Amino acid sequence: MDIRLYMAQRLSAIIMIPLVFGHLGVMIYAIQGGLSASEILSRTQGSVFWFLFYGLFVIAVSVHGAIGLRTILSEFLRLNDLALDAIMWGFGLVSIFMGARAVSAVTWL
Amino acid sequence: MIKGHRNHPLWYAYALHRVSGLTLVLFLPLHFYVLSLALTQPQRLDGFLHWTEIPAVKFAEMGLVFLLSVHLLGGIRLLVLELLPWSPRQKTWAALAAGGALFVSGTFLLNAV
Repeated sequence: MDIRLYMAQRLSAIIMIPLVFGHLGVMIYAIQGGLSASEILSRTQGSVFWFLFYGLFVIAVSVHGAIGLRTILSEFLRLNDLALDAIMWGFGLVSIFMGARAVSAVTWL
Repeated sequence: MIKGHRNHPLWYAYALHRVSGLTLVLFLPLHFYVLSLALTQPQRLDGFLHWTEIPAVKFAEMGLVFLLSVHLLGGIRLLVLELLPWSPRQKTWAALAAGGALFVSGTFLLNAV
Protein backbone atom coordinates (compact mmCIF):
# COMPACT_ATOMS: atom_id res chain seq x y z
CA MET A 1 0.00 0.00 0.00
CA ASP A 2 0.97 3.55 -0.76
CA ILE A 3 2.79 5.10 2.22
CA ARG A 4 0.48 8.15 2.08
CA LEU A 5 -2.61 5.92 2.36
CA TYR A 6 -0.96 4.07 5.25
CA MET A 7 -0.25 7.34 7.07
CA ALA A 8 -3.75 8.73 6.36
CA GLN A 9 -5.21 5.49 7.75
CA ARG A 10 -3.17 5.74 10.98
CA LEU A 11 -3.78 9.49 11.37
CA SER A 12 -7.55 9.17 10.90
CA ALA A 13 -7.52 6.27 13.39
CA ILE A 14 -5.72 8.34 16.03
CA ILE A 15 -8.14 11.26 15.50
CA MET A 16 -11.09 8.91 15.95
CA ILE A 17 -9.95 7.25 19.22
CA PRO A 18 -11.49 9.95 21.49
CA LEU A 19 -14.42 10.45 19.07
CA VAL A 20 -15.42 6.75 19.16
CA PHE A 21 -15.13 6.64 22.96
CA GLY A 22 -17.40 9.72 23.03
CA HIS A 23 -19.83 8.19 20.54
CA LEU A 24 -20.06 4.95 22.56
CA GLY A 25 -20.83 7.01 25.66
CA VAL A 26 -23.51 9.04 23.83
CA MET A 27 -25.15 5.84 22.53
CA ILE A 28 -25.28 4.17 25.94
CA TYR A 29 -26.68 7.38 27.44
CA ALA A 30 -29.15 8.14 24.63
CA ILE A 31 -30.64 4.64 24.23
CA GLN A 32 -32.16 4.75 27.74
CA GLY A 33 -35.95 4.92 27.47
CA GLY A 34 -35.84 4.45 23.68
CA LEU A 35 -35.07 6.93 20.90
CA SER A 36 -37.26 9.51 19.20
CA ALA A 37 -36.53 12.13 16.56
CA SER A 38 -37.49 14.99 18.90
CA GLU A 39 -35.25 13.63 21.67
CA ILE A 40 -32.25 13.37 19.33
CA LEU A 41 -32.86 16.82 17.87
CA SER A 42 -33.33 18.47 21.29
CA ARG A 43 -29.83 17.29 22.18
CA THR A 44 -28.09 18.15 18.92
CA GLN A 45 -29.91 21.03 17.20
CA GLY A 46 -28.04 24.32 17.30
CA SER A 47 -25.09 22.78 19.11
CA VAL A 48 -21.73 24.00 17.81
CA PHE A 49 -19.98 21.32 19.89
CA TRP A 50 -21.87 18.40 18.35
CA PHE A 51 -21.55 19.96 14.88
CA LEU A 52 -17.75 20.08 15.23
CA PHE A 53 -17.56 16.69 17.00
CA TYR A 54 -19.58 14.80 14.40
CA GLY A 55 -18.33 16.94 11.49
CA LEU A 56 -14.74 15.90 12.28
CA PHE A 57 -15.95 12.33 12.86
CA VAL A 58 -17.59 12.18 9.40
CA ILE A 59 -14.42 13.38 7.65
CA ALA A 60 -12.15 10.99 9.59
CA VAL A 61 -14.45 7.97 9.22
CA SER A 62 -14.90 8.59 5.48
CA VAL A 63 -11.13 8.66 4.95
CA HIS A 64 -10.61 5.64 7.24
CA GLY A 65 -13.48 3.59 5.81
CA ALA A 66 -12.53 4.28 2.19
CA ILE A 67 -8.88 3.25 2.70
CA GLY A 68 -9.90 0.24 4.80
CA LEU A 69 -12.33 -0.90 2.11
CA ARG A 70 -9.53 -0.58 -0.48
CA THR A 71 -7.21 -2.67 1.73
CA ILE A 72 -9.76 -5.45 2.23
CA LEU A 73 -10.65 -5.55 -1.48
CA SER A 74 -6.97 -5.69 -2.43
CA GLU A 75 -6.49 -8.66 -0.09
CA PHE A 76 -9.49 -10.69 -1.17
CA LEU A 77 -10.13 -9.77 -4.82
CA ARG A 78 -7.76 -9.53 -7.75
CA LEU A 79 -8.48 -5.93 -8.69
CA ASN A 80 -5.97 -3.61 -10.32
CA ASP A 81 -4.88 -0.35 -8.69
CA LEU A 82 -7.13 1.74 -10.91
CA ALA A 83 -10.26 -0.15 -9.85
CA LEU A 84 -9.18 -0.09 -6.18
CA ASP A 85 -8.59 3.67 -6.32
CA ALA A 86 -11.91 4.28 -8.07
CA ILE A 87 -13.81 2.33 -5.38
CA MET A 88 -11.88 4.09 -2.60
CA TRP A 89 -12.58 7.58 -3.96
CA GLY A 90 -16.17 6.71 -4.82
CA PHE A 91 -16.94 5.38 -1.36
CA GLY A 92 -15.06 8.20 0.40
CA LEU A 93 -16.80 11.00 -1.47
CA VAL A 94 -20.28 9.46 -1.14
CA SER A 95 -19.62 8.90 2.58
CA ILE A 96 -18.49 12.50 3.16
CA PHE A 97 -21.52 13.83 1.26
CA MET A 98 -24.03 11.61 3.10
CA GLY A 99 -22.31 12.21 6.44
CA ALA A 100 -22.30 15.99 5.99
CA ARG A 101 -26.00 15.80 5.14
CA ALA A 102 -26.70 13.74 8.26
CA VAL A 103 -24.71 16.05 10.56
CA SER A 104 -26.40 19.15 9.16
CA ALA A 105 -29.81 17.44 9.48
CA VAL A 106 -29.41 16.91 13.21
CA THR A 107 -27.35 19.96 14.26
CA TRP A 108 -28.73 22.77 12.04
CA LEU A 109 -31.46 24.89 13.57
CA MET B 1 -8.96 -27.74 7.81
CA ILE B 2 -7.60 -24.62 9.49
CA LYS B 3 -3.98 -23.94 8.59
CA GLY B 4 -1.51 -23.80 11.47
CA HIS B 5 -0.75 -20.12 11.17
CA ARG B 6 -4.45 -19.35 11.47
CA ASN B 7 -4.90 -21.30 14.67
CA HIS B 8 -3.47 -18.45 16.71
CA PRO B 9 -5.17 -15.75 18.83
CA LEU B 10 -3.53 -12.96 16.85
CA TRP B 11 -4.82 -14.35 13.55
CA TYR B 12 -8.33 -14.19 15.02
CA ALA B 13 -7.61 -10.62 16.16
CA TYR B 14 -6.68 -9.77 12.54
CA ALA B 15 -9.79 -11.50 11.16
CA LEU B 16 -12.06 -9.77 13.69
CA HIS B 17 -10.56 -6.39 12.78
CA ARG B 18 -11.23 -7.02 9.06
CA VAL B 19 -14.77 -8.32 9.61
CA SER B 20 -15.73 -5.54 12.05
CA GLY B 21 -14.24 -2.87 9.77
CA LEU B 22 -16.06 -4.16 6.70
CA THR B 23 -19.40 -4.45 8.52
CA LEU B 24 -19.08 -0.94 9.94
CA VAL B 25 -18.16 0.51 6.54
CA LEU B 26 -21.25 -1.09 4.97
CA PHE B 27 -23.46 0.11 7.85
CA LEU B 28 -22.21 3.71 7.63
CA PRO B 29 -24.20 4.88 4.54
CA LEU B 30 -27.41 3.44 6.04
CA HIS B 31 -26.69 5.22 9.34
CA PHE B 32 -26.13 8.54 7.54
CA TYR B 33 -29.26 8.06 5.41
CA VAL B 34 -31.49 7.44 8.44
CA LEU B 35 -30.15 10.50 10.29
CA SER B 36 -30.66 12.73 7.26
CA LEU B 37 -34.37 11.80 7.36
CA ALA B 38 -34.55 14.31 10.25
CA LEU B 39 -34.07 16.98 7.58
CA THR B 40 -36.33 15.64 4.85
CA GLN B 41 -38.98 13.36 6.40
CA PRO B 42 -39.16 13.61 10.23
CA GLN B 43 -42.20 11.28 10.37
CA ARG B 44 -40.28 8.52 8.61
CA LEU B 45 -37.38 8.94 11.08
CA ASP B 46 -39.78 8.43 13.99
CA GLY B 47 -41.29 5.44 12.23
CA PHE B 48 -37.82 3.97 11.83
CA LEU B 49 -36.89 4.68 15.47
CA HIS B 50 -40.12 2.97 16.52
CA TRP B 51 -38.98 -0.10 14.56
CA THR B 52 -35.76 -0.16 16.64
CA GLU B 53 -37.86 -0.98 19.73
CA ILE B 54 -38.13 -4.60 18.53
CA PRO B 55 -35.92 -6.81 20.78
CA ALA B 56 -34.22 -8.52 17.81
CA VAL B 57 -33.22 -5.10 16.45
CA LYS B 58 -31.78 -4.18 19.86
CA PHE B 59 -29.65 -7.32 19.78
CA ALA B 60 -28.50 -6.38 16.27
CA GLU B 61 -27.63 -2.92 17.64
CA MET B 62 -25.65 -4.58 20.40
CA GLY B 63 -23.78 -6.42 17.66
CA LEU B 64 -22.94 -3.12 15.95
CA VAL B 65 -21.82 -1.56 19.24
CA PHE B 66 -19.68 -4.65 19.86
CA LEU B 67 -18.10 -4.37 16.39
CA LEU B 68 -17.42 -0.65 16.88
CA SER B 69 -15.85 -1.23 20.31
CA VAL B 70 -13.79 -4.20 19.20
CA HIS B 71 -12.57 -2.29 16.11
CA LEU B 72 -11.64 0.65 18.36
CA LEU B 73 -9.79 -1.46 20.93
CA GLY B 74 -8.24 -3.73 18.28
CA GLY B 75 -7.13 -0.59 16.41
CA ILE B 76 -5.53 0.81 19.55
CA ARG B 77 -3.75 -2.55 19.94
CA LEU B 78 -2.40 -2.19 16.38
CA LEU B 79 -1.24 1.38 16.99
CA VAL B 80 0.46 0.31 20.23
CA LEU B 81 2.23 -2.51 18.35
CA GLU B 82 3.34 -0.24 15.52
CA LEU B 83 4.22 2.89 17.45
CA LEU B 84 5.47 1.53 20.77
CA PRO B 85 8.23 -1.04 21.39
CA TRP B 86 7.13 -4.69 21.15
CA SER B 87 6.22 -6.47 24.36
CA PRO B 88 5.12 -9.98 25.30
CA ARG B 89 1.78 -8.51 26.35
CA GLN B 90 0.36 -8.43 22.80
CA LYS B 91 -2.05 -11.29 23.40
CA THR B 92 -3.29 -9.64 26.58
CA TRP B 93 -4.18 -6.55 24.53
CA ALA B 94 -6.15 -8.65 22.05
CA ALA B 95 -8.06 -10.32 24.88
CA LEU B 96 -8.68 -6.94 26.53
CA ALA B 97 -10.10 -5.58 23.25
CA ALA B 98 -12.66 -8.40 23.04
CA GLY B 99 -13.48 -8.27 26.76
CA GLY B 100 -13.77 -4.48 26.84
CA ALA B 101 -16.04 -4.50 23.77
CA LEU B 102 -18.29 -7.10 25.41
CA PHE B 103 -18.47 -4.89 28.50
CA VAL B 104 -19.34 -1.74 26.50
CA SER B 105 -21.96 -3.46 24.32
CA GLY B 106 -23.38 -5.30 27.35
CA THR B 107 -23.84 -1.97 29.13
CA PHE B 108 -25.58 -0.68 26.00
CA LEU B 109 -27.96 -3.66 25.98
CA LEU B 110 -28.73 -3.35 29.70
CA ASN B 111 -29.84 0.22 29.07
CA ALA B 112 -31.73 -0.72 25.90
CA VAL B 113 -33.96 -3.47 27.35
